Amino acid sequence: MPDFSTRFSRRRLALLVPALTAGLVMTACSAPGSDQPSSAGSDAPVSTELGTGPITLELYAETGFPLVKALADEFTKQHPNVKFNIREDQFTVITENAPRVLASDNAPDIIRLPTMVDLVKDDLLKNLDPYVTAYGWDKFPASQLVQLRLADGGAVRGSGSLYGLGLGYSVTGVFYNKTLATQVGMAKPPTTIAEFEELLAKAKAANVQPIMQFNKNTAGINFPHQALQNQFGDPTQVADWIFQKPGATFDTPAALKATQTIQRWAQADYFPKDANALDYASMVGEFQKGNGLFMFNGDWESGNLDKNMAGNVGFFLFPGEAAGSKHVAMSAPNTFGVGARAKNPDAAAFFLNWTHTDPKAREISVTVGGSHPGGPSDLPLPTIAEGTVLSETLKASQQLGAENGAVDFTANATGGIFAAAITPEMQKLVAGQQTPEGYVKAVQAEYEKELSR
Amino acid sequence: MTSAVGSTPSGAPTRAGGEDRQAPVRPHRKRWGRTAGWLGWLWVLPALIMYGFFVLRPLVTTVQYSLYRWNGIGQAEWVGLHNYLTVVTDSDLLKIISNAFILIIFFSFVPVCLGLLVASLVRRLSAGPFGTVVRTVLFLPQVIPLVAAGIAWTWLLSTDGLVNQILRAVGLGGITRAWLGEFDTALPSVGVIGTWVMLGLCTILLVTGMSKIDPALYEAARIDGAGPVREFFAVTLPSLRQEIGVCLTVTIIAALASFDIVYISTSGGPGIQTTVPGLEIYRLAFSQRQVGLASALAVVLMVLVLACVLPIQRLTREDKA
Repeated sequence: MPDFSTRFSRRRLALLVPALTAGLVMTACSAPGSDQPSSAGSDAPVSTELGTGPITLELYAETGFPLVKALADEFTKQHPNVKFNIREDQFTVITENAPRVLASDNAPDIIRLPTMVDLVKDDLLKNLDPYVTAYGWDKFPASQLVQLRLADGGAVRGSGSLYGLGLGYSVTGVFYNKTLATQVGMAKPPTTIAEFEELLAKAKAANVQPIMQFNKNTAGINFPHQALQNQFGDPTQVADWIFQKPGATFDTPAALKATQTIQRWAQADYFPKDANALDYASMVGEFQKGNGLFMFNGDWESGNLDKNMAGNVGFFLFPGEAAGSKHVAMSAPNTFGVGARAKNPDAAAFFLNWTHTDPKAREISVTVGGSHPGGPSDLPLPTIAEGTVLSETLKASQQLGAENGAVDFTANATGGIFAAAITPEMQKLVAGQQTPEGYVKAVQAEYEKELSR
Repeated sequence: MTSAVGSTPSGAPTRAGGEDRQAPVRPHRKRWGRTAGWLGWLWVLPALIMYGFFVLRPLVTTVQYSLYRWNGIGQAEWVGLHNYLTVVTDSDLLKIISNAFILIIFFSFVPVCLGLLVASLVRRLSAGPFGTVVRTVLFLPQVIPLVAAGIAWTWLLSTDGLVNQILRAVGLGGITRAWLGEFDTALPSVGVIGTWVMLGLCTILLVTGMSKIDPALYEAARIDGAGPVREFFAVTLPSLRQEIGVCLTVTIIAALASFDIVYISTSGGPGIQTTVPGLEIYRLAFSQRQVGLASALAVVLMVLVLACVLPIQRLTREDKA
């Protein structure tokens, strides 16, 4: 029987005390943390030449998305002197690791970025302004890069220096099951929110699950919530809040109305009863099995849905309150940045430029990544087979670009807002444990708390 | 250890210690004795270094970090005991700590009580092949990684999972629900998973403890006219004091420091209904980058664990007198 004695003998004490003291002395001399070396100034000379010498680019990417590997393979094929060392993790893990990985001596050259504000504040990301001039990225549509710009010191997003580029520019909307749509009498995608709500009621009456949405570890119901919020008010307010503009608030009539609508939908059982116990993968699985008329999601699932529900799935941008109102959708670049301590920043920038401009790379971005490849607007889009949901999401992406209706995700407003406020409060809301007024106030309170730190 | 042979005076001349030490044999033995003492420390040195580096040093740095506001990368700002003040005043953090105490019922008291019952029943069967099967089945949860157990239980407890299927089959369809997704049932459901994991360990420990009880005690009790219940309270329970102490210690620590089961089965939701300190420490430190507050919560958790476990140690220690 193990002896769990906790009495400290004098000898044990004699050992422990000096050990602890030594430890304290070792660590307590200085405050934790240190100043990071500043990233290279934006006026430092850069090169757009790849050269012929061997280069290994360290790439830190998100697992489960084959796009990065496909692009890297094609790049090596075209430029055999460049090899990639790809490390993959789940997005949440990257979010948690990014600061430490970027601060380490082995900082990646190219990294999939979570929210970038803190990283810029800590001087962990390379300012890409010199490359903007060198490669002519200023000729890309401005809306493509606006989310990746940060004002001096990383305080406010949406303007200032460029800190990343997208490997594909995602768009979100509503996927629908065509068989179930016919069953409930939906001939074409709804053109107003009222029409959409009618379809939800019809589906419920026909014993069809109206919306298949997850809400477990990260609040998936934030997708429909923001889709409504974007339409009920001025989307600029939403964008300002996400970009942390001074004075911006979440506590707006539009957000409140969206929250009230979500609560009404939850009470009417338009979401799965066990939404709070459903994770993202289960949601997609259930939708593919035919359990659910609608699913709020992004074009990154297009390829997968074309494969598993071939011909039976459609996509539309969430409509406005009146027919013909401007479309607004959450849309964000699949953001990648260059580490401030990267060993090959020039080659990294060359690669990022190549993914936007090389015809083969653009084709891979669309076919493998499922998203718009970005880049200059005069470059042609790769052709995609008609009738696929991929072609529908791509068209939606172009339409959104033309209407200038892209808004970042509210979940990206601060590093902790999604985990600390939106997810738990949204779970409470759909379970009837939180009021719509309480929801918007709770999210705003956490936002202010985080900005004050 | 240090009372080595060389230090024992023998019949050698004792006039001058200095000369003594230069004598051909004894100084050698004396030196060997001292060396043997230090040699002992040499053997444990690698372990001590590892212990110091991976246990004591993080412990000390955690205490140090808890006094700063720090995002893990940039310059830290000294805030004294402010983080501790937040831990003991923030209503969410207090709820999170109370969740862990509710889990003690499921992780600790239920498995120990059930374990005593099961062990009493299994003890009689322990010799035959049936006993081996029972022990294996009971111990299985200890062998399965907790993450796998968490995933399997998530399936079992889902709306279409086995638990709800059984309930519907026996006509209790009215009480089926998303056990892990609803506010009222999420924490008890996580607790049930904990009970399942801990029951086997407790049972095996208690069966082992029972096997070393002197049969003469039972015989004596029976002669005195004790029935099985009386026998249990008069002989079995007092004899198992130490084993119960170990079970309680291990399971209470598991409850207070739980992480994997909760992370996999509910991720702390819905709301913060099943969030436990272990999960919150991880979230604060790595998602919200509040390393100081996370460290303060960790220190508070350590103090709570000690406050719960030390009294149990005292109560269940066998009287050596």
